[in-house]
Amino acid sequence: MAVWIIEDKCTGCGLCAKTCPYGAIAIEDKLAHVNERCTECGACLAACKFEALASDLEQEPLPDLSGYRGVWVFAEVQDGALAQVSLELLGEGARLAADLGQDLCAVLLGHGVAGLAADLAAFGATRVFLADDPGLVEYSTLAYARVLAELVRAHAPAVLLMGATPLGRDLAPRLSRRLDLGLTADCTGLAIDQETGNLLQTRPAFGGNVMATIVTPRVRPQMATVRPGVMGLPTRRAGTPAVVVRHPVVLEANDGLVRLLARQARTSQAVDLSQARVIVAGGRGCRGAGGFALLAELAQALGGELGGTRVAMEEGWISPERQIGQTGLTVRPELYLACGISGAIQHRAGCLGARYIVAVNRDRRAPIFQVADYAIAGDLFKVVPALMEALKGVD
Amino acid sequence: MNIAVLVKQVPDSADIKMDPKTGTLVREGVASVMNPDDRLALEAALGLKDALGGTLTALSMGPPQAVDVLSEALAMGADRGVLLSDRNFAGADTWATSYTLGRALEALMATAPLDLVVCGRQASDGDTAQIGPQVAEHLGWPQVTYAERLEMADGELLVWRRLTGGVEKVACPLPAVVTVLALERLPRWPRVGRLLWACGDKAPIESWNAADIAAPARLTGLRGSLTQVVKTFSPKSERATRWLEGGSVEQARDLVNGLRALKLL
Ligand SMILES: Cc1cc2nc3c(=O)[nH]c(=O)nc-3n(C[C@H](O)[C@H](O)[C@H](O)COP(=O)(O)OP(=O)(O)OC[C@H]3O[C@@H](n4cnc5c(N)ncnc54)[C@H](O)[C@@H]3O)c2cc1C
Ligand SMILES: Nc1ncnc2c1ncn2[C@@H]1O[C@H](COP(=O)(O)O)[C@@H](O)[C@H]1O
Repeated sequence: MAVWIIEDKCTGCGLCAKTCPYGAIAIEDKLAHVNERCTECGACLAACKFEALASDLEQEPLPDLSGYRGVWVFAEVQDGALAQVSLELLGEGARLAADLGQDLCAVLLGHGVAGLAADLAAFGATRVFLADDPGLVEYSTLAYARVLAELVRAHAPAVLLMGATPLGRDLAPRLSRRLDLGLTADCTGLAIDQETGNLLQTRPAFGGNVMATIVTPRVRPQMATVRPGVMGLPTRRAGTPAVVVRHPVVLEANDGLVRLLARQARTSQAVDLSQARVIVAGGRGCRGAGGFALLAELAQALGGELGGTRVAMEEGWISPERQIGQTGLTVRPELYLACGISGAIQHRAGCLGARYIVAVNRDRRAPIFQVADYAIAGDLFKVVPALMEALKGVD
Repeated sequence: MNIAVLVKQVPDSADIKMDPKTGTLVREGVASVMNPDDRLALEAALGLKDALGGTLTALSMGPPQAVDVLSEALAMGADRGVLLSDRNFAGADTWATSYTLGRALEALMATAPLDLVVCGRQASDGDTAQIGPQVAEHLGWPQVTYAERLEMADGELLVWRRLTGGVEKVACPLPAVVTVLALERLPRWPRVGRLLWACGDKAPIESWNAADIAAPARLTGLRGSLTQVVKTFSPKSERATRWLEGGSVEQARDLVNGLRALKLL
């Protein structure tokens, strides 16, 4: 119990019992007694006039975290190769490691994956922690969490980064809770605070309309997942091979509780706008299939894909897998061309990650212009054909 | 089958506006609603209850007005609501939130066992998608994320998971935690007949505080949080809007030149 009564000083006045929000103090025989309902909130300490209550509640000083060293990147394997986001993280991790004056390491789990260690080294890892076991051939939350937790406990890194992929977003929170670590999801920016050495983790909130910078000052490693496509891809360098540290894997029966029964790839004709380099998106301003046919031509001329707002989807002008926004897709193209789109907050949530945004709208006050790099106030039925013409002169 | 569904009250995104001058969010006076994914979680759980019987408890951590989402859950078909409300719970990050919800689930299980906990994939105000897996770890149960369909067969839960590249079908023994991101059917509407009851004094909704779930203050709310927000800012400043003036032909020409200079063409 972190709150107790100093019996010599207690007069049994009952002020503390009245103050306690939880009914956790009772007065018996002119003495206060703290029972198991106490949450150690400390309200009674301030109430007592006789300093008859004591606690060990003071904020503990910052623990010594200097024993935690190294920036770790979880190397996600997809179809036998390293996921692109893991390479992006190595590039970012190398910068962070340099700022900390520590090593960049990779953690590689799977079966028959040892060959990938060379790739990890080529992208900057100086050390690769390798757990290779038949039980890890398919991703399993419990098995992967067990092995990763063992590795983190054994080697005490300062930072652990994972891709915010379906796998990363399944595994990272499980691991963070197992090791009692803080975790920041879906970061778009990482940096080291030179004063404290803390990892500054920046992420979007409210669908990208607000950015928040988060730190994890008291525990290590500092865990973050990072969105794919946000950090640049580092260049591959032939150089020193990484030191490979093999971790012996011993799984338990419980780790296999969830069994994969079948996997069905999505049909090939399905579009995946999340990978598109250029997206031409339309909204209500396109007025119908005719307007979207115009946009489709422009998309084709730019080598891009067609997207749209929820209104466009509801009107049947685009298929649901092309709807962009909070209830649709989040996209991150190089170029996002928004035509006849007002730029409602729910729509912007899906397209703010674009490198460049161009907006065409009749209404100069349309909110989409607030987030546009290039703003064209005009009628899309004139501007888009003019664009097609201008593009012809390019090649 | 006894199921608990975790539901969160979030600001109604349809109601959130940007201040056109400052480019920041206007949060004052914004209405609150049930997190959209949690409505799917409730529907998924109600589907199992329809097929197999049992009880469904809706659990929410939030300020006193979060009771509204529990009333809504009752009106949709839940049997009982529990609101976790306490000043100590305020300002919780995902670690502290999952601890608090985990303690509450344990308190529920002190009277009757639970077979399944269903969450939404993510809350629309934070988008972390961490609570489901963290609650699963708290309880020591297996987890299945991104569910789009749930079915019981031979005492096991079958879950279809929606992933980027396709669909995965897994089997999971109970008890387990599932997070739901989509369903083939729309969530049912609150029933008018139940709505009056669910919003009335006789509604089976309890309010629990920190002592009711034996949660020490140092593990909940802001104090229990391992992460700290040090700064929030508007991302708008990153883009310098350039207006292209003139007629369509000039605008188109300037844009093409601009895109070419950026090596986008
Ligand atoms: C919970 C919730 C979730 C939502 N999720 C999404 C989502 O995921 N994605 C999404 O897109 N929306 C979403 N919405 C809807 C969103 O709030 C807006 O209603 C929607 O994005 C508006 O679509 P729009 O821009 O096509 O239409 P409008 O807002 O009607 O805008 C049309 C624009 O076209 C311009 N225009 C008209 N004619 C022309 C012309 N000839 N040339 C040029 N410009 C012209 C007009 O000036 C206007 O600005 C959601 C809403 C809610 C409440
Ligand atoms: N305060 C809360 N009360 C009840 N359930 C919550 C709460 N916060 C999160 N959840 C549940 O956890 C899911 C994921 O939330 P999050 O991890 O915050 O994105 C939500 O869809 C809810 O099911």
